[in-house]
Amino acid sequence: MIRLDNLTKVFDTPKGAVVAADHISMEVPRGEICVLLGPSGCGKTTTLKMINRIVRPTSGKVFINDEDTSGLNTQELRRNIGYVIQQIGLFPNMTIEENITAVPRLLGWDAKRYKERAREMMAMIAMEPDAFLKRYPSELSGGQQQRIGVARALAADPPVMLMDEPFGAIDPINRAVIQDEFLKMQQDLKKTIMFVSHDIDEAIKMGDRVAIFREGKLVQYSTPDDLLAAPKNAFVESFLGEDRALKRLNLVKVREVMSHEIGTVTPDDSLETALQRIDDYGYQNAIVMINDRQRPTGMITRAIARTTKGYCRDHFQGIPAAVHLDDDLRKVASLMFSNDMTWLPCVDDDERIMGQITQRAITHHLGSRHRVAEHSVADQNTGV
Amino acid sequence: MPIQSMQGALRALILVVVFFIGVWSQSSGLVDDFMFYLPDVQYLVVQHLWLTAVSGSLAIGVAVPLGIILSRRSMAKVAESLMQVLNVGTTIPTLAVLALSMSFLGIGTVPAIFGLFVATLLPIARNTYAGLKGVSPALMEAAAGIGMSPTQRLFRVELPNALYVIFAGIRTALAINVGTVPLAFLIGAGGLGELIFTGIDLYDPIMMLSGAIPTALLAITVDALIATIAFIVVPRGVNPSRA
Repeated sequence: MIRLDNLTKVFDTPKGAVVAADHISMEVPRGEICVLLGPSGCGKTTTLKMINRIVRPTSGKVFINDEDTSGLNTQELRRNIGYVIQQIGLFPNMTIEENITAVPRLLGWDAKRYKERAREMMAMIAMEPDAFLKRYPSELSGGQQQRIGVARALAADPPVMLMDEPFGAIDPINRAVIQDEFLKMQQDLKKTIMFVSHDIDEAIKMGDRVAIFREGKLVQYSTPDDLLAAPKNAFVESFLGEDRALKRLNLVKVREVMSHEIGTVTPDDSLETALQRIDDYGYQNAIVMINDRQRPTGMITRAIARTTKGYCRDHFQGIPAAVHLDDDLRKVASLMFSNDMTWLPCVDDDERIMGQITQRAITHHLGSRHRVAEHSVADQNTGV
Repeated sequence: MPIQSMQGALRALILVVVFFIGVWSQSSGLVDDFMFYLPDVQYLVVQHLWLTAVSGSLAIGVAVPLGIILSRRSMAKVAESLMQVLNVGTTIPTLAVLALSMSFLGIGTVPAIFGLFVATLLPIARNTYAGLKGVSPALMEAAAGIGMSPTQRLFRVELPNALYVIFAGIRTALAINVGTVPLAFLIGAGGLGELIFTGIDLYDPIMMLSGAIPTALLAITVDALIATIAFIVVPRGVNPSRA
């Protein structure tokens, strides 16, 4: 846990005093990622760097796991905080192994233990230890270097990490990959992380919480979803952009919005039965056909059911797409648009049908500013 | 390949020419003329190297710590102006430095070593300072951020990363040093200058060359020696010659 208490930094410049951070108070719960977000010069980096005293606070206090850090020796404090910077800052004179084990060696671990730790870290960041440990940073690509940068920060297993635009210098494709890898690692590691970014999409993706800064002040501090749903003022609103409702699509999983109730037919049902069910459920266009393993295999349209006689197995059409329970709504919306569908079946890991998701349900979810756990009854009327 | 055979022919030609020069110099008695000075050369080379070794190691011993101190952040205000003073100092001709040190310290080895020391000091101090200042701020922030103390930062990050530039300074300085030692003869410190200047005075080119050629060879050898040490000592990751 990181708690900032009225943390303030005033820089003396030739033009007079500049307040870079103005009484910042906030708390990052244990195991969460908090993204500090804002335009350049807003004080987010200053705030981050006051935590490990790269910048000395003018006033205010920093607590880590409820311990007031002002009593700690600077070196000792820093060795217990993982630190990743945008310029990566690997030591070019040291091998990858020496870089990763820099903090453990400062802490006086014995050689056997830190060498083993280096191999563990390489496994964690999915790089081959034998191929890389003896090489030098200049021999690695930017993406590989920043993975090593993260490994170095994590090597001594600090409870807290500070990351200053860590993925900012990496090309967009590699950045997305590294972000995903990092989030996956974080699921196991559960570090308490402060993360500076100027990229709203990165903040939404990485942050459990997002803190918006402006001119040295903390403007809004909330979860990404709350932030996008209810920006506190015009500045936050404009900073998030006019497509902020669409950005929320990234944050919501299918399982939160889908309706579990879905009418289905089997291949052995007659088309009459199908039409009956379509009417019973109030579907407008079609009904899903599932096989004996509960997997959606096709759909029967209302037009065919009304005009034709016979069995479903002979008259079904393919389903253009199905979505997984853990897909985000952005993917769902994209599939709906590209396939001209207003609904999609939802499946689990075994591709068994679990329910359906409708356009109406999505717009309803995004429109409700205060999310209540409602899988609304209204959705079903408009479904299939 | 035609180019390879061209090179081969050229090489063969050079060998033949060198061979005939050898034959000619042997038959004309030139080799014997030079060999006459061999005992002098042997004695003077040792003296020459001794002057270089003493003044050079003194200079390294003072200049590197000086460069380190000047590059500390607390010295930032004085450092730049002091470096300017050192730069101006470099422009003073070595002969003038020797003459000055002679007028204070008299004649002999001590003023010569002092003069050589001053001439060698400046390039090393300048490169040490520049090398340490050139270490990227991001690296320094990373080093501080992971909890290195200022001393650990200096020895584990700053010096290893500046070492290549520091060695370049030492190389230049010692090459200058070896080339300057002959002047030390003028204030009575010996060295190969004895053959060179006496040869000039007596209008004896053989004697002069007996001093000049070993001096040139020594300068090249010392330079190569320092280059080799740098190649081994500077860590591979920051050593352009090992990239």
